[in-house]
Amino acid sequence: MMHDILNSERPIIELENKIAELKKIAKENAVDLTDEIDTLSKKVEKMKQNAYENLTPWQKVRLVRLQERPTSLDYIKKLVKDFIEFHGDRFYGDDSSIVGGIGIFEGIPITVIGHQKGKDTKENIKRNFGMPHPEGYRKALRLMKQAEKFKRPVLTFIDTPGAYCGPDAEERGQGEAIALNLIEMSRLKTPIISIVIGEGGSGGALGLGVADRICMLENSIYSVISPEGLASILWKDAALAQKAAGVMKLTAQDLLSLGIIDNIIKEPPGGAHKDINFTTDNIKSYVLDELKELVKPDTEQLLNRRYNKIREIGIWA
Amino acid sequence: MLKDLFGKKKYATVMLYKDVDNKIRTVAIDSFEKTPGKTPGNDIKNPAEISHPRMAARDRIDSTIDKGTFIEYDTDLKTIDALNFPGYMEKIETAMQNSGEKEAVITGEGKIMGENCVICVMDSNFMMGSMGSVVGEKITRAIEKAIEKRFPVIIFTASGGARMQEGILSLMQMAKTSAALGRLSKEGLLYISVLTDPTTGGVTASFAMLGDIIIAEPGALIGFAGPRVIEQTIKQKLSEGFQRAEFLQEKGFIDRIVHRKNMRTVLSKILKIHTLGGGNDA
Repeated sequence: MMHDILNSERPIIELENKIAELKKIAKENAVDLTDEIDTLSKKVEKMKQNAYENLTPWQKVRLVRLQERPTSLDYIKKLVKDFIEFHGDRFYGDDSSIVGGIGIFEGIPITVIGHQKGKDTKENIKRNFGMPHPEGYRKALRLMKQAEKFKRPVLTFIDTPGAYCGPDAEERGQGEAIALNLIEMSRLKTPIISIVIGEGGSGGALGLGVADRICMLENSIYSVISPEGLASILWKDAALAQKAAGVMKLTAQDLLSLGIIDNIIKEPPGGAHKDINFTTDNIKSYVLDELKELVKPDTEQLLNRRYNKIREIGIWA
Repeated sequence: MLKDLFGKKKYATVMLYKDVDNKIRTVAIDSFEKTPGKTPGNDIKNPAEISHPRMAARDRIDSTIDKGTFIEYDTDLKTIDALNFPGYMEKIETAMQNSGEKEAVITGEGKIMGENCVICVMDSNFMMGSMGSVVGEKITRAIEKAIEKRFPVIIFTASGGARMQEGILSLMQMAKTSAALGRLSKEGLLYISVLTDPTTGGVTASFAMLGDIIIAEPGALIGFAGPRVIEQTIKQKLSEGFQRAEFLQEKGFIDRIVHRKNMRTVLSKILKIHTLGGGNDA
């Protein structure tokens, strides 16, 4: 299924299989096929470059929706030692489409929170495909206030198609829950770093995304509405999502050039799932560098800078 | 079929009433007289049971602010097509013609029965009151001006949410306006949000729901997701009255539903109570 995502990926995989086969033959028969293997390896690298370096926005949309794409918990497990997950908003319930807890990041106690998608259909149903209800945002806010009290920096991972659009979410105040996170994150007295690791879907993403540093993984996307949503509202046809993705300016590169995000974190060729350790190491060094900077100013300076950063966004004449 | 679902006028001109079983029902109204200076809804006989037609922002200012006291802010901010989005500038042109306004919000200061305030009024006639860079910036500047002058802020919301044609820039206006309200609150200044029909999407999920006091007009549609989106998600029709102001008050998200003809009085009373004892020096 995943190979359908990027049609150009099929010949690469075929060639990689061939190389593996040659290696096996060489080993089993004790023959020297080094030259052939080298030639093919170079060829496959070149094909990969061509296929992966210029992904279209729509290819990225599909890439970040792959079930193989690493999730918040995948990164948390690798980045945060002694991670302990906490549950519940203390008002209504626990929303497993947002996970959060505390742990040690490179010797620093932190609070980490992220949208959580499932690894398969069963888990996705449990996690509502990463689409939170209000109690998810309220849990996140509770953990952020706790971080503020104990002077822990907050790291958030963003990966959601959007906040859930159902009657129960409305009844329990989806809008109010997100709004409260925006205002509270804008004045939380501890450093916040947000990383978009996959899909940054609208207000549901922003509800974890007001921060001192905002960055995106290389292939991730962040937008005001899903391409399908835009296509159906503006052009009355959800099938035009591909076209929508092309005009929405939703890639990490677009957001960097619009001044919305601070940085892009490199993924391995083909996407984060091809080598999660590579991606994790890049996240680790980014977060570590930025945290060192963010603990320097006093709280008032930190909050003023955060305000000014948000304040500057917008383009008009 | 999809086309029907997204028919623009579906929620545009409806009024609510209660039937004999006390159930809230909607009735379509084709048009209403829009006479400047005359507030639509004022002549409704049984106000508690009927929703209000949508109102142009300029009329709202006229019917809320004391005559001759309104000073408009930031009339020179001009919307541009920052993302090079197909058809955006044409839509802006049409919206300007339809509404007679330059953008979807009017901001400024004035007095309500003698009480000073900064007021922002969104206009659903302008691209369904959607929030792009200019709307976000005007509201943020108005809030900052209120901090400077130590005035309370009143925002009348009427919006379909963030403006899609400005993409991520629109989304970020939610954070910007909310952050500005954070500063207003820190100064001990009052913010009243008045939710009018319709208030949805990114506006609900930011400044609409952040009022110290949240007021709504009867029957106003208020929600995060719009009813069409919810119906598509759950593949069911929503019940009449769902996401209306009365429903939100019942669920605990609104302080009070206020009829249009009482709005000025109620607002002035609230302002007065806050000038007497609280942090407002105005």
